Amino acid sequence: MSPKTKDGIFKVFAIGCTSFGLLTLVVLISVIVYKGIARINWSFFTNLPSRHPEESGIYTALAGMVSLLVFTLAIALPIGILAGIYLQEYGKRNRLAKIIEINISNLAGVPSVIYGILGLQVFVRWSAMGNSILAAAFTLALLIMPVIIVSTREAIKAVPDSLREAAYGLGSTKWQTIRRVVIPASFGGILTGVILSVSRAIGETAPLIVVGALAYVPFIPEGPMDQFTSLPIQIFNWTSRPQQGFIVNAAAGIIVLLLFTLILNGIAIYFRNRWQKRTLI
Amino acid sequence: MVLCSLVSIFTTIGIVLVLSIDTFKFFAEVSLFDFLTDPEWTPLFEDKHFGILSLLSGTLLTTAIAVMVAVPVGITIAVYLNEYASKRFTAVVKPLLEILAAIPTVVYGFFALQFVTPMLQQIIPGLAGFNALSPGLVMGVMIIPYITSLSEDALRAVPKSLREASYGLGANRFQTAFKVIVPAANSGIIVSVILAISRALGETMIVAIAAGQQPKLTLNPLESVETITTYIVQVSMGDVPQDSLEYRTIFAAGITLFIFTFLLNNISFWIRKKYQQRYE
Repeated sequence: MSPKTKDGIFKVFAIGCTSFGLLTLVVLISVIVYKGIARINWSFFTNLPSRHPEESGIYTALAGMVSLLVFTLAIALPIGILAGIYLQEYGKRNRLAKIIEINISNLAGVPSVIYGILGLQVFVRWSAMGNSILAAAFTLALLIMPVIIVSTREAIKAVPDSLREAAYGLGSTKWQTIRRVVIPASFGGILTGVILSVSRAIGETAPLIVVGALAYVPFIPEGPMDQFTSLPIQIFNWTSRPQQGFIVNAAAGIIVLLLFTLILNGIAIYFRNRWQKRTLI
Repeated sequence: MVLCSLVSIFTTIGIVLVLSIDTFKFFAEVSLFDFLTDPEWTPLFEDKHFGILSLLSGTLLTTAIAVMVAVPVGITIAVYLNEYASKRFTAVVKPLLEILAAIPTVVYGFFALQFVTPMLQQIIPGLAGFNALSPGLVMGVMIIPYITSLSEDALRAVPKSLREASYGLGANRFQTAFKVIVPAANSGIIVSVILAISRALGETMIVAIAAGQQPKLTLNPLESVETITTYIVQVSMGDVPQDSLEYRTIFAAGITLFIFTFLLNNISFWIRKKYQQRYE
């Protein structure tokens, strides 16, 4: 076979592969919209879960998801961003820094269900938080921390040294330089990382099951120690029911979950493009 | 701030500690030999067997199917986007493909059970309602962007001079791509494959929904299997008493999974460090 034919065959195969990926995405979204769109109405958002599929709603699941997210971010954001700033701006290139770097890349590769086991033992049992929102929030916070740390570091790394030197030249201290120059200049990048970690956190299911999220919660959580459910948990529960009505509910729940995920990722891509263009200049 | 940066170390120590403590308690009652050789895993039944092999075979089977889909497709797309496609095409296609990695896994689980399995049953008559094939394939699609993205970074890092030298010698695009660029970027491509394997091993919801809950020592993709991750979810949802032997099985299963992913991640990190600076 001549190199030219190989070139042609590869091109066809590659376009086939690319279309396969994109087509799966289209089919997946179409299947879910087709199955679930009829169930999307106002009562679906305001109803409590019920034994009757057509009366079941995602009210408590959405409320659980939002409160879980608020607590998770309240824990993960300050710690993750400060860690990123410290590692990039203050950290010396020594052994410890190297160990931390290997460690973070390792943590990013730990399966989420393992974080669930960690949360079950450390937060639910040893810290006696029980199957509460708080225990789940701590677990999810640990899970998204590597994403926040790495993206903060990347964003700060992209700030040109000339900006820092200008700040020092004007007599600023190190902290003033970070606070007034480095953080504002890297804000877009840090925000992108935060949005992506939020998108990750709202879709996580396995660790929540392990720390004891409930499938049936007929009330809105009122405090951090309340039991809870979340949208992905509700979807999982409906998916494993035999009745067709619950499958439709699951598809409708997925439409809502996918909207959140896609919007968050869209915003992140938009920020990344805008921010990349600016730093290139 | 120093404490904040140590949070990653504490998390790792926490994971290792939590998994080991109960695993030790587990092995006080079950022998390591049985754990590694018994062909059955039935801790929740009257007649208890603790052979991790049947969970491991389910895990490796679904992972192998996923990798067989994702590796050729992912690498081909990476080569195509980097060496063939126009900048505009890449700029549109890449973010679209990355959506595949952002979709929550519970959604893929639903897709596998409600769409892919019924579709496969039309083609393969004997296919069980829960099987390893369907979630394996869906998981493969999910990890395509991981491979494409990391491989593309590696391909892009190959200096232009190599490409120009190859064209200058009269090679065409295909020859340049596969005789020069891909070999030059092979360490990065291998890293992408290793990380994708590690991701597939630890994937939970797709297999928990669509692969079933029957631990079986089989490599037949048409049968129902149970993975390590599914077992952990299954026990978490049941009402297993705390501090019982059944409860500790999830730690023993968890540490097995952790060891696998930990080794793979470290190998990939080591390859990256070793070969990264070759062209700088």
